[in-house]
Amino acid sequence: MKLVLLWSDILFFLLIAATVAGAVVASRTEHLRQCWRRVGQSRVGMGAAAVLAVFFLIGAVDSLHFRPQLPDSPQGEPRYSAEVLSALDVLLTPLRTRTEKTYSAPLATHLYAKETLDDAGRDFPPLQYPGTHLFGTDKVGQDVLYLTLKSIRTGLLIGTLTTLIMLPAAVFLGLLAGYAGGWIDDVIQYLYTTLNSIPGVLLIAAAVLMMQVAIDNHPEWFATSAERADARLLALCAILGITSWTGLCRLLRGETLKLRELEYVQAARALGVSGTRILWRHILPNVMHIVMIAIVMDFSGLVLAEAVLSYVGIGVDPNTISFGTMINTARMELAREPMVWWSLAAAFAFMFVLVLAANLFADAMRDAFDPRMVDR
Amino acid sequence: MSLLAVRDLSVAIGAASPVEGVSFDIAAGETFALLGESGCGKSMTALALMRLLPDAARIAGGSVQFAGNDLCALSEAQMRGVRGGKIGMIFQEPGSSLNPVMTIGAQIAEALNVHADSVDGNRVVELLAAVGIPDPQRRATEYPFQMSGGMKQRAMIAMTLAGEPELLIADEPTTALDVTIQAQVLDLLDGLRRQRRMAILLISHDLGVVAQMADRIGVMYAGQLVEVAPRAAFFATPGHPYARRLFAALPNAASRQYRLATIPGSVPPLGTLHAGCRFAERCGEVLPICRVQVPPWREHAPGHAVRCHLDALLSQKVGAGETASASLPTGSGTPLLEVADLRVHFPIRRGVLQRAVGHVLAVDGVSLRLDAGRTLALVGESGCGKTTVGKAILGLQAPTAGMVKLHGALMHGLAPAAMQMVFQDPFGSLNPRLRVEEIIAEGSPTARVDELLQQVGLSADMANRYSHEFSGGQRQRIAIARALAVKPILLICDEPTSALDVSVQAQILNLLTDLQAQLGLAYLFITHNIAVVDYLAQEVAVMYLGRIVERGTVDEVLRGARHPYTQALLAAVPKIEGGNEYLRVAGDPPSPANPPAGCHFHPRCPRAVARCREAYPEAEALSATHAACCFLAGAK
Repeated sequence: MKLVLLWSDILFFLLIAATVAGAVVASRTEHLRQCWRRVGQSRVGMGAAAVLAVFFLIGAVDSLHFRPQLPDSPQGEPRYSAEVLSALDVLLTPLRTRTEKTYSAPLATHLYAKETLDDAGRDFPPLQYPGTHLFGTDKVGQDVLYLTLKSIRTGLLIGTLTTLIMLPAAVFLGLLAGYAGGWIDDVIQYLYTTLNSIPGVLLIAAAVLMMQVAIDNHPEWFATSAERADARLLALCAILGITSWTGLCRLLRGETLKLRELEYVQAARALGVSGTRILWRHILPNVMHIVMIAIVMDFSGLVLAEAVLSYVGIGVDPNTISFGTMINTARMELAREPMVWWSLAAAFAFMFVLVLAANLFADAMRDAFDPRMVDR
Repeated sequence: MSLLAVRDLSVAIGAASPVEGVSFDIAAGETFALLGESGCGKSMTALALMRLLPDAARIAGGSVQFAGNDLCALSEAQMRGVRGGKIGMIFQEPGSSLNPVMTIGAQIAEALNVHADSVDGNRVVELLAAVGIPDPQRRATEYPFQMSGGMKQRAMIAMTLAGEPELLIADEPTTALDVTIQAQVLDLLDGLRRQRRMAILLISHDLGVVAQMADRIGVMYAGQLVEVAPRAAFFATPGHPYARRLFAALPNAASRQYRLATIPGSVPPLGTLHAGCRFAERCGEVLPICRVQVPPWREHAPGHAVRCHLDALLSQKVGAGETASASLPTGSGTPLLEVADLRVHFPIRRGVLQRAVGHVLAVDGVSLRLDAGRTLALVGESGCGKTTVGKAILGLQAPTAGMVKLHGALMHGLAPAAMQMVFQDPFGSLNPRLRVEEIIAEGSPTARVDELLQQVGLSADMANRYSHEFSGGQRQRIAIARALAVKPILLICDEPTSALDVSVQAQILNLLTDLQAQLGLAYLFITHNIAVVDYLAQEVAVMYLGRIVERGTVDEVLRGARHPYTQALLAAVPKIEGGNEYLRVAGDPPSPANPPAGCHFHPRCPRAVARCREAYPEAEALSATHAACCFLAGAK
């Protein structure tokens, strides 16, 4: 067995480490601890947090990648499979390996399509593993539950990494434009107005296709197809991040324009507090609720954007299992007679639960952290 | 036979009762004033009469008889006919009561349409004329943004008159307006009442406005009426300890040498459970019985009833507090602050290229001088540039021209910590995300937060809380502590008490006096409140349209004003003692973007002569300290 460390794995674990570090810092400060205690008192918030934790746990387990040793490799000189597996794959071995021939309905005992059988003419052939596929199987007989669980990591990555890429730019430029004003404001406004006036899909398509060409021309960059798919996923996050900071930036600029005229900012200036410190202590904390709402709303929007882009063929790598690719294939399945509805239903249900939990948790957090909301 | 009879009216929000057992009558053609501090349930009472309570609130009991109908028993559809028809209502903020995308005429016509079968176009113009809007024909076609605040309030009154109301509810109708405009609007309301025999329910926190307008007065405290009296009786012998203390808390020249009497604490928050008298906790004459038994109504004279257990104290006024121990240094040597010919012009940019097509002359040549340890009040109406002067002195606003000297040293850019500012809005001046200790230590990380908190009259254990947990007065104390942390010698106070209730204002004024005595601070006190000036300041400068029109000591300016604008400003302030000599100015202040030629005040000045239209008058020295910019200042 040989560990494989994909770039997205590193980023994902860094993200989790940062969250944990933040939690440790928060637990040492008395008033932050009080805020978190208020989150803990919200029943809805804690329910949502539990659901989110399960999703992140699945994502984390799915981010531990390795290449298994081939059984027939010679002693002392191990050879490894070209297929990259994750810890989740190992845990889900029964789901992963119990494949059928083709479509079967949830918990069915027979296939979904009639076949010519040897003895009894055309009939529904029995399944190899009857009654074990909770969400049925897809066209090539893979368990849909397995696919959905594997999609979670892609969804989380696209939702979080993209936000992380665009957040610093959006916050920094937004606050700078609003606070500094003058020509700095003009330049930043010009930048995002220009970027906004180019159709987003066009820009993304161009960038993805260029990257596609680069990847195809340099097969030596990647040892395995998983690494190639991973590079494409990261590039997609980066491109989505670069095109999606404008909205938040515009919002933050407006809010900063308002805040900088407030009397507590004026008072800080009169006390001789420096510009950076005013931005850090007075403006940033007071726009954080906007940032938080934007993160959650973008999160769901990005998961959906991934589905749209995959449909146009410029989304994630076709080998990557994601909600987008699942929904994309479901398009054909819904048009089929009789209709195959379960892969869409499974992807929909998981995506819905994920996005809803994120929204509810963000609400609970905002209520707990906004000092003005505490009394109500 | 009274027009409106309210009996035992109670409003409930959940378990809390913002209005409880309120009873009063208003006869046709009478003005009844509800007086009280914010949070006492005045507006809630008015909304209950109109059955316009917010969703969470409901009428819990009592009856409202209006012209023989029980308003509480009417259906919503019938109630709509009463609102705007028989009962009209005007609100505090005229700017937000009018629809910005409809012309004034269309909005009045709409109100007419609801209450009349056919609308005569002339009726709109008649109504506008009735509320004293000049050139009503043209004004009817204008939009709200083209009108000043006073004009908008007049237009609102015209809309209310469209339904020919028998009762007009005026909820703080002039609080958002300047004193000269306030005087005009109050005159208008009083005139309309007399002409139309309309009853007025006036809601106000301003004793002066009430003294000028009301026939009878009801004092509200924490949701209850505590005193009902005719005006003369109320102002001669207020009966309830709360009312007496409100009077004592008012600053004026007579209380100059003394600390103002304050009411400790603040109005109890909504939802407090009261066993006895609601004022018991803050009352200086509290008896054991007050805490356990709700006081009954006692009638002291016909029509003068007080809800208090005490009787003997009725005629005894609350004396002012002990003498303030401030012995002020007299001006000598280098002034602490010297401002010469300060100008702040804002360019007006138009067009694609954003070229400056003109300038708003917010501050146009202001010179000031303030000695250490003294207080200079900068007085003027909104828009006259007084806040901009404060910001420019501090360096928060870059001046276009002029110089500011502190201790004889020329200032460039942001002022040193020796000058600090206290702002008007106690809710906007503290960052809601920071705790009190972080706020106070903002300018100086080594500040002794607990000492500062005690210095401004707060307790040291409040340091760990967020600012939203404090009342307006407490927040203003925190803001003062923040300024004191860097050990300033000059505080620029920009209307620090105008957002506060009278009793809280007295606390802050006392605090400012104490700090001046202890630390030798100098104050540049920016305000529109003449009474506060009279109480606090030694010197006064009056500003009009970006320039100082008169300056001198308090006695010289407030009691011997020579500039017609100062005289008009002083006359417009409603006085409790009554007897306002009417030097009323007409019209609104002109725009600082386009000031009138000659003396800026001449279009409104009742004494303007030909010379006033030609040149701006130079300051004429009337004594060593007193000067006025008026050609007529020298002539008696």
